[in-house]
Amino acid sequence: MLLLSIDWIFIIEKVALILVIILASFGIAAYATWGERKVAAIMQDRIGPARAGIFGLLQPLADGGKLFFKEEIVPDRSTKTLFILGPALFMITALMTSAVIPWGPDFTISTDSGIRTVSLQVADINIGILYIFGVVSLGIYGVMLGGWSSNNKFSLLSAIRAASQSISYELAMGLSLIAVLMLTGSLSLRDIVSQQHGFWQDGYFSWNFFKQPVAFLVFLVCTFAELNRAPFDMPECESELNMGYHQEYSSMKLGLYLFAEYINMFISSAVLSTVFFGGYNFPWMDQVASAVPSGLFSLICVSVLMIKVIGFILFFMFIRWTLPRFRYDQLLNLGWKGLIPLALLNLVITGGVILFFFNK
Amino acid sequence: MHLHEILFWFLSFMAIVCALGVILSRNPVKSVLFLIATFFSISGHYVLMNAQFLAVVNIIVYAGAIMVLFLFVIMLMNLNADAEPQKSRLVQMAAVLSGGALFLVIIAALRTVDLNNKAMITSEGDLGLIHNLGMVLFKEYVLPFELSSVLFLAAMVGAMVIGKKEEVIQNP
Repeated sequence: MLLLSIDWIFIIEKVALILVIILASFGIAAYATWGERKVAAIMQDRIGPARAGIFGLLQPLADGGKLFFKEEIVPDRSTKTLFILGPALFMITALMTSAVIPWGPDFTISTDSGIRTVSLQVADINIGILYIFGVVSLGIYGVMLGGWSSNNKFSLLSAIRAASQSISYELAMGLSLIAVLMLTGSLSLRDIVSQQHGFWQDGYFSWNFFKQPVAFLVFLVCTFAELNRAPFDMPECESELNMGYHQEYSSMKLGLYLFAEYINMFISSAVLSTVFFGGYNFPWMDQVASAVPSGLFSLICVSVLMIKVIGFILFFMFIRWTLPRFRYDQLLNLGWKGLIPLALLNLVITGGVILFFFNK
Repeated sequence: MHLHEILFWFLSFMAIVCALGVILSRNPVKSVLFLIATFFSISGHYVLMNAQFLAVVNIIVYAGAIMVLFLFVIMLMNLNADAEPQKSRLVQMAAVLSGGALFLVIIAALRTVDLNNKAMITSEGDLGLIHNLGMVLFKEYVLPFELSSVLFLAAMVGAMVIGKKEEVIQNP
């Protein structure tokens, strides 16, 4: 099928994949809100949402419906276009990161015109990691525009806090990843995942977590800061800034801000599992691959990745309900004086070890 | 038309419209946003030339870091259309002259373009891929590369010194 010399089947395939990923992100994010309330309830010895459906399982739908039907208020003295653009940008950037994550290995379908290989990754660009950085650094615009255009001093303060926090922690995040990239020698997420094949390789664990535990620690802390999640939820700490940057927002615009944070959490968990915990790889995967057809094997791999992702999401939630919030100066001190030197030291040691022991 | 051609025209149109938006919009925050959109369309052009590294670094450095700081300053100073200082005629003339001079330089650079150079041809060249870029930067241009990093370090230390000075005045 060639019209305008475009391979339409390819485009349909990719559009279908994008739709599935986005719908899955929405679904997982919706149930992450339910999970968050359940986890909080369990940790505080309460029951949590229990009225809508069994175990309160219909709660996310009820919440979404409520947000849609609430009255929409745009402040009179706000900059209207930017006020509307803010939550939209935040949501778009949250969804964009999923494009470079390899959700599973390729599988093959035999069609009339031969065997077609379907890739479970929207775009295998050779700078996948940097793409994620680019999109993460753009995520801050949604918060800044929303905070500024509300014409509210608390929102503005919160937006400025969010910007400085995000810029500070991006540095440490990048430095921690460079150590990992020195091992992999590639920026493509597909290569990074395929290098972590299985679980045990050449007498050592193959997952990057076991090779770069310090980088993982720094990256994890930075992820908390980038996600604006407790203990680093400075931009919306209610005891100082009322509600932070989304104070003037109501109805589904507020919903988009809150919801995009959960999508960010899902995508960050996917990135953490992909870079440090082997992505879709699992122990004895070669034996499983030879026993089942390729389509089913891909499905198993996707489920393995999802289990890892859900594990990380639960971890984020446990931390939120365990640790108290940092003070703002403590947060910046930790970023600039703690994490960046630690990441640099890790970088130097990794470089030295590679140079002296693995110099081929 | 090939897909690359459609994308090329779309991105060029977007880049020019957004660049006009930067200078024509009255609200400084909107100008910044138009500038970000311009950077995006230029990054799109880089992707079309298969220079993915350049594209994404353009976004990280300019759209992700520098423009956030721009926005930061504009928001802190709360610049509005009414608060915009009116420039004198002399400054306006000087701006037109210097802008025109820069334009002339770019036109002059275009004169020596080799249309048969295959290194940057749409979607086939590999000049901008990170491997080739790294090879060139760390083999042929290693001295200028290191020198520019020293320059950045000096600028950073300078910023620190300026930032520290205020503290000394406050607590003598």
